[in-house]
Amino acid sequence: MEKIDKKKKMLKRVWHLYYDGFRDMPRWGKMLWAIILIKVLILFFVFKFLLMPNYLNTHYATDREKSEHVLNELTNKP
Amino acid sequence: MMYEISSASLVEWARWQFAMTAIYHYMFVPLTLGLAFLIAVMETAWVRTGKEEWLRTTKFWMKLFGINFAIGIATGLILEFQFGSNWSNYSWFVGDIFGAPLAIEGLLAFFLEATFVAVMFFGWHKVSRRFHLLSTWMVFVGANISALWILVANAWMQNPVGMEFNPLTARNEMDDFWAVLLSPTSINKFFHTVTSAYTLSACFVVGVSTWFILKKKQFEMARRSILLASVFGILSILATIFTGDTSAQDIAKTQPMKFAAMEGLNRGGRNMELTVFGVLTDKADAPTPRMKETTMTIGLPGMLSFLAYRDTDAYIPGIQDILDGYTSETGQVYPSTRQRMENGKKAINALKNYKQAVDAQDKQTAHAALGTLKAHYRDFGYGYLQSEYESIPNVPLVFYSFRIMVGLGFLFVALFVVSWWYARKRKFEKFRFIPYVAITCVPLAYVASQCGWIVAEVGRQPWVVQDLMPTSAAVTRIASHWVVTTFWMFAVLFTVLLIAELKIMFTQIKKEAQ
Repeated sequence: MEKIDKKKKMLKRVWHLYYDGFRDMPRWGKMLWAIILIKVLILFFVFKFLLMPNYLNTHYATDREKSEHVLNELTNKP
Repeated sequence: MMYEISSASLVEWARWQFAMTAIYHYMFVPLTLGLAFLIAVMETAWVRTGKEEWLRTTKFWMKLFGINFAIGIATGLILEFQFGSNWSNYSWFVGDIFGAPLAIEGLLAFFLEATFVAVMFFGWHKVSRRFHLLSTWMVFVGANISALWILVANAWMQNPVGMEFNPLTARNEMDDFWAVLLSPTSINKFFHTVTSAYTLSACFVVGVSTWFILKKKQFEMARRSILLASVFGILSILATIFTGDTSAQDIAKTQPMKFAAMEGLNRGGRNMELTVFGVLTDKADAPTPRMKETTMTIGLPGMLSFLAYRDTDAYIPGIQDILDGYTSETGQVYPSTRQRMENGKKAINALKNYKQAVDAQDKQTAHAALGTLKAHYRDFGYGYLQSEYESIPNVPLVFYSFRIMVGLGFLFVALFVVSWWYARKRKFEKFRFIPYVAITCVPLAYVASQCGWIVAEVGRQPWVVQDLMPTSAAVTRIASHWVVTTFWMFAVLFTVLLIAELKIMFTQIKKEAQ
């Protein structure tokens, strides 16, 4: 019982660390977080998923197929 | 012919894209690595002495650290996206070697940085002083350990060791983790890179602090910061010079073409001179425009041989010697580049034959093909070269970048000695030019850092993995307009991020002065 209480207290402290930290953040800090979020969204949704998907993962399902492709590329390059 | 044109432009664009994003990414990284240390020392001083001035100093630099950290975070992901989209052959070829270090890097970066950075910024009145201090030190440790794994992976590309090529999967598989981690190339690369990052951070702190002195604001904070950063800077730049020297010794042995390009050396020999200054010009009788002539040379006789092998009479091969074949100072015999191209073609054919024989369950042919592949594997990448001259990197770019880097390194030694004396003796009114020099050194430190990477990465061209895979074989066969489009999108994104960083940082520095 005491252990569970301690764990709860600990989690509450961690939660408050982040919650209060974000709440009391100065304007420039919030601006930085906005930049981070926009950046990560652009990186993943625009680049990773739309413009720059992993070539082997999107064209071949198994490691064997990927190996076949790369072997073919390596042995048939002009 | 059409394939050659489109293929060449694809490789070139993919290279430009990688270079541009890597250069932008590395504008954020070094300050994180070094400033974290300085902040941790400042906070330690506060915890030990209890002086509020140290706390204010810590919080100011922590703010600038936070701005740089936030803007730079995740910019390295773009390089990983490019591995998967533009360099898929390469990613597969090296996958097993890169997998382990990058996975460790990812976990460490996430747990150490994400946890302790939060405590560092949010935990001032939430955790004890000592736990906060521990978190600050852990941010420094985490950032530097992350750098270690990335640099180990890079070092492996410069000097591939500790692996065996699996011809069935077309992958290099790690068979000796410690050889990869502790190769001289890895050790030199890690220490040279992080100490140069510390130097850059020290330049940054000295430069910003002298600006406060120029503005006659925050004298005590600026003075403390200059004293601390100057001492840290002197130690860092001396370590950078030392590790630069050991790196050069390693390059002389493992990447002789890069070493020759750094010196613009066409013909080598014994007792070779180190070029301190020189101008490269086109050489009328050169067999290729890639080879240049060094004019207006100022050199140190015998020093190049000495720096490479600690013997002024040591043999250093030039570009032409490497093309013709030579015996190294250590007695290793290197065949001509043409011979290595032949060997490489044999290895590639053997790989093809091996695959066909395995598919046809022809054990005898498979065994013979595997023997040929193993015998010539160290020259595998040469089989993709169309001409021996393709093995020569861009000599002027490497030559000048090297000299700019080294020249600036020695300027920083002088800067840190002078700035330490300036702050220690409080010569603020008498020597008003010193802050201007120190402020100029901030962008110059970034120039030196980037020049170092240009020497390392352009100098090893055409290899993406030394001797085993040239860039032409590493690239994915995708339409080049796709790479061109993403190139410009990245250029815009990174430029916006850089402008945002500079704007927010300048605003905060000016605010502190008010």
